[in-house]
Amino acid sequence: MALDEVKIGGLGASRKRVEDNRFIRGKGNYVDDVVLPGMLYMEILRSPLAHAKINSIDTSAAYAIPGVRMVMTGEMMAARNLAWMPTLSYDTQAVLATDKVRFQGQEVCAVIADDPYIARDGVEAIVVDYEPLPPIVNPEQAKAPGAPLIRNDKVGQNNNVIFDWEVGDRASTDRAFAEADKVSEIAMHYPRSHPSPIEACGSIADYDRSTSKLTVYMTTQAPHIIRAAVSLVAEIPEHMIRIISPDLGGGFGNKVPVYPGYVMSILASILLEKPVKWIEDKTGNLISTGFGRDVYLKGQMALRNDGKILGVRMHTDSDHGAFFADAQPSKFKIGLMHSAFACYDVPTAHLTAQGVYTNKAPGGVAYRCSFRVTEAMYFQERMVQAAADDLGMDQAEFRRVNLVKDDDFPKRTPFGFLTDSGQYGKCLQIGLDAIGYDDFKKEQEEARKRGRLLGIGISTMTEPLGAGNSREYDILGIKMFDSAELRVHMTGKAILRTGAKTQGQGHETTWAQIVAHELGIPAEDIVVEEGDTDTAPFGMGTYASRSTPVAGAAVSMVSRKIRAKARKIAAHLLEVSDEDIEWELGRFYVRGAQDRGVTIQECAMAAYSNVPDGMEPGLENNAYYDPPNLTWPFACYIATVEVDPETGVWDVLRLVAVDDCGVRINPMIVEGQIMGGLTEAYAMANMQFITFDEDGNCVGSNYMDYLLPTAWETPGFELHEVVTPCPHHPIGAKGIGECATVGGPAAFVNAVMDALKHTGVRNIDMPLLPDRVYEAAQTGSDISGMPPVKTADD
Amino acid sequence: MYPSRFRYEAPTTLAEAIAILATNDDAKVLAGGQSLIPMMKLRFASPATLVDINNIPDLDFHGADADGTYRIGALCRHAHLEKSTTLGDHQPLLASCAPLVADPIVRTRGTFVGSVCHADPQGDWASCMVALDGSITAVGPNGERSIPVKEFVSGPFQTVLAADEIATEAVIAPAQGTRVGGYLKLERRVGDFATAGVAIGLDMTGGTVASAGIGLTGVGAQTIDAAEAASVLIGSSLEPDVIERAANLAAEVANPRSDHRGSASYKKHVVETFVSRILGNVQREELQVA
Amino acid sequence: MTSLFEEVPVSTDDNISTTRVEVNVNGERRAAQIEPRLLLAHLLRNGFKLTGTHTGCDTTNCGACTVLLDGEPVKSCTVFAVQANGHDVTTVEGLASSEQLHPVQEGFKDEHGLQCGFCTPGMMLSAVALLNENDDPTEDEVRWALSGNLCRCTGYQNIVKAVLWAGAKMRGDA
Repeated sequence: MALDEVKIGGLGASRKRVEDNRFIRGKGNYVDDVVLPGMLYMEILRSPLAHAKINSIDTSAAYAIPGVRMVMTGEMMAARNLAWMPTLSYDTQAVLATDKVRFQGQEVCAVIADDPYIARDGVEAIVVDYEPLPPIVNPEQAKAPGAPLIRNDKVGQNNNVIFDWEVGDRASTDRAFAEADKVSEIAMHYPRSHPSPIEACGSIADYDRSTSKLTVYMTTQAPHIIRAAVSLVAEIPEHMIRIISPDLGGGFGNKVPVYPGYVMSILASILLEKPVKWIEDKTGNLISTGFGRDVYLKGQMALRNDGKILGVRMHTDSDHGAFFADAQPSKFKIGLMHSAFACYDVPTAHLTAQGVYTNKAPGGVAYRCSFRVTEAMYFQERMVQAAADDLGMDQAEFRRVNLVKDDDFPKRTPFGFLTDSGQYGKCLQIGLDAIGYDDFKKEQEEARKRGRLLGIGISTMTEPLGAGNSREYDILGIKMFDSAELRVHMTGKAILRTGAKTQGQGHETTWAQIVAHELGIPAEDIVVEEGDTDTAPFGMGTYASRSTPVAGAAVSMVSRKIRAKARKIAAHLLEVSDEDIEWELGRFYVRGAQDRGVTIQECAMAAYSNVPDGMEPGLENNAYYDPPNLTWPFACYIATVEVDPETGVWDVLRLVAVDDCGVRINPMIVEGQIMGGLTEAYAMANMQFITFDEDGNCVGSNYMDYLLPTAWETPGFELHEVVTPCPHHPIGAKGIGECATVGGPAAFVNAVMDALKHTGVRNIDMPLLPDRVYEAAQTGSDISGMPPVKTADD
Repeated sequence: MYPSRFRYEAPTTLAEAIAILATNDDAKVLAGGQSLIPMMKLRFASPATLVDINNIPDLDFHGADADGTYRIGALCRHAHLEKSTTLGDHQPLLASCAPLVADPIVRTRGTFVGSVCHADPQGDWASCMVALDGSITAVGPNGERSIPVKEFVSGPFQTVLAADEIATEAVIAPAQGTRVGGYLKLERRVGDFATAGVAIGLDMTGGTVASAGIGLTGVGAQTIDAAEAASVLIGSSLEPDVIERAANLAAEVANPRSDHRGSASYKKHVVETFVSRILGNVQREELQVA
Repeated sequence: MTSLFEEVPVSTDDNISTTRVEVNVNGERRAAQIEPRLLLAHLLRNGFKLTGTHTGCDTTNCGACTVLLDGEPVKSCTVFAVQANGHDVTTVEGLASSEQLHPVQEGFKDEHGLQCGFCTPGMMLSAVALLNENDDPTEDEVRWALSGNLCRCTGYQNIVKAVLWAGAKMRGDA
């Protein structure tokens, strides 16, 4: 009889996580937990200045400290052609500064010592003579005539502009605007933020001269990309490099790039022939590693009086810091910003984008987001609310008018993506019903009469998750597909390996569920391994919500290959031809005689003991999966808030989330991902940002200034679902890890804007700090602009 | 993350501790360590010697003497005050402030007196002490002296404690009548420094204010004593116009900087709002009692 | 307390004074010869090889390093190891007995109260400290008690559920 899929931990089972067994006992194995014999420790000296020429570096006092083994300088790196390294966006980045420092926190020296305390003593003993240069902290300054040239190292770079890029149809968009009844305009900033996993970055490089093999334990979400990059940078053959990404204490995009610390620990290990451990401190993580966002928008919408959107214009100015180190597909200079308005029926659109260098940390990583879709959807939903307000139309009704209808799929988005499925209207309606939209509007009106400010904000969006396909998506030319390898042992137990890399998403649990679904092998009989490039098959890693869409699909496909071979074995065992074999979960049987069958476990045993003539023994295989399209989850988030008119402090009353991520492999884990995402959305809307003062000093360099919400402030969440299976994914699943971070912020901000609507305020830049809310409400003016943040007193 | 080297001393008597302080340059007293150790980890502080007073007996106390004088010993942790069942009866201002200091884990370790000695303009307890016109008892080689808290802090992160003196307790005088008051702090999340904070301590007799103090947190280079604002309350019954005047005067004396926590004008506005709110709450409660 | 086989570091600087500390860790007496500047978190992790205690930030905010010192939650990155001399320390490794998980550990797994697992040990120790004082807390009391520990993955809702679950189990209601 077919097995009960939920009982064996297949699709739809809220299976408890297997990885938790070690984590709750304190037996996780994070990079900093790894100890190798004879290991040395590395600490980094960082620039205190945002922009300065380095006149000299004196390391003698550091060398005089007993226990200090080596002090690495830019000069030493340059002698080995390692002072600069390539970024993920075809630029270069300094490993250790040689000529000048270009942002506060840039790596200047590294000290390797017997223990980290001594290494830090060494760092403190280094004397650097800096000659300050004027710093640039925003795009306006970067583009000003006569602005200091940040990248004077680059031949042919005569200004601070990195790229000009455009997409869409300018001419038809111009026509739409010419025909519009009304044009709605809004400008805003999505501030610089940081993924800030609680575990910072780190590596342990262990070069063994006797084998010429380099083993690196590293906090990386993409070990195979790192292996290729290290091979290129350090000129070590790829087969002599083993990258091991053990348990990761969160990633959120922060652990995708190659960082100078990794490279320095590798060189130190080669030079000293000892393992070298580098564990970044939180300050180093926040001021030097991949940030997210920092994009300015000028948005315009052409509208008809009945609410129909006729066209959209967007211009973005993005601040990439001192090196263009965005982690993104190489074709798209501003990531997937052009996924904006994908859920709306917008006939035409045009986007221009300009990116600049500033004296700020490099990055532009996909912080819990599929390559700037977070900015795209935030801008979209803020523009939508402004447009509805400008038309005097209800925000829910405006969305109803413009959302793509269920039977319009497949549908080209205004910038050319192809969306394939969705039930947007239903999703919105579930959200409105859950929050009690009409009742709240009445309550809001009543409250306002008594001086209380309530607001409701909606955010609806679909986002492209799961890059590739490989035709359009590559990073540094490496195509964005993924793979899985499955070995079924003779007793029917199995080991599955993928090229993805879990960082809390629970792959060890969910990948086994996919195999259980495809093969009927109980999930508990399947062990999942990731993160070791010597054993795992090639993969592009885990970020941009791509694991389930790509690696997860590969897991399905490799399981099906195994099933196909097992079917032949079953036919052999049952002495019938292949065509007479039927499959039910966990078992093959003879068509028309359901009691005559063999289990998948019996097939596994036969694969090692009794294969038909001419068949290779064994039951293992691999699959590379190149997705035909992105997956398009959809979501509707609705927040209600109350603003204290006397202080500008706002509290979330309720947050309703309706997510459609297709088939849910493990509903418990999906809900965990959504709640985590909503919390980061709330954080960005409320408190979490990195800004800079006029001298280029980073404000937000530790958790005293870079605020993550605690259990106390974080609101409760009410979750709902719609299930529209992805038409091209083998099990109908879509990405989910990032939806709430992408769509969530606009719900909170729209709610606060709704509460202040009567004052005439149309925009306050995130985070909606109490002073900004209060001052906007007092003056009726928008609060937006570039850092250094301008305040009423400046 | 890794402090510099230091000499560690763990005396078991006060006399021994003072002797060590007297004979070592650049020595620091370690009580709860919840401000000092983070600064040492960032190497903003690198004292040559640490004198850990945690092994000295009889410094962990808080409570009222028979005459109502309230004493808080040098090793009384924030959490002891937060969880105290009697604090609120004697010192409602302190009871309302205790849960707002740092975060729950820091509160198990950090000390009240240490916080006042740290003299951080963002310190919550210092504002309470100002509002209650408290004093610090310091013990040195030449004996004990009492220093009014308003003279104790000499600048940001600076006090008048001599290098060989240890603050052994905080002392708050008995109430003249009924002691009321409260603390309000605008913070963006638990453990955040105050964007602005207001501490108000009042003694009420027969429905009028007999004595008053207002301390302001995070709106100047050091804790601010809004004495003029407090003085207008004396003799009043917290009528609305009196509250408004006090609030305005408190905002006037606030001298904040614009930063990422808020603009200067906003912080002044918060001070004004919080003074009104605390006094309004007191007034309502007094009416209820009456 | 070097074992027969453990290498002793060659002294690199004779002027560095070290001191012997003895700590009762998870019910076991452990000793080490340390520099005073060593943080308790590093003694536990590097000295005693109890790597379940994590260090997440430099500024005493994140609480990943939370352990119980004489039963009270402390951030072990903000206590010098010498200060633990003669005291009791409980780390995540000490929560479970050989066969039986602590109810808080069970609750975290059952209610999906963790994702990457990095904040989990500290979060669980704060929860244990709360439940030892009050095994029937309200949701708000749980949120308040855990507000010195940062989690970046879960959004806290399931952590709160996990602690309530554990409280129920400790009371015998589960």
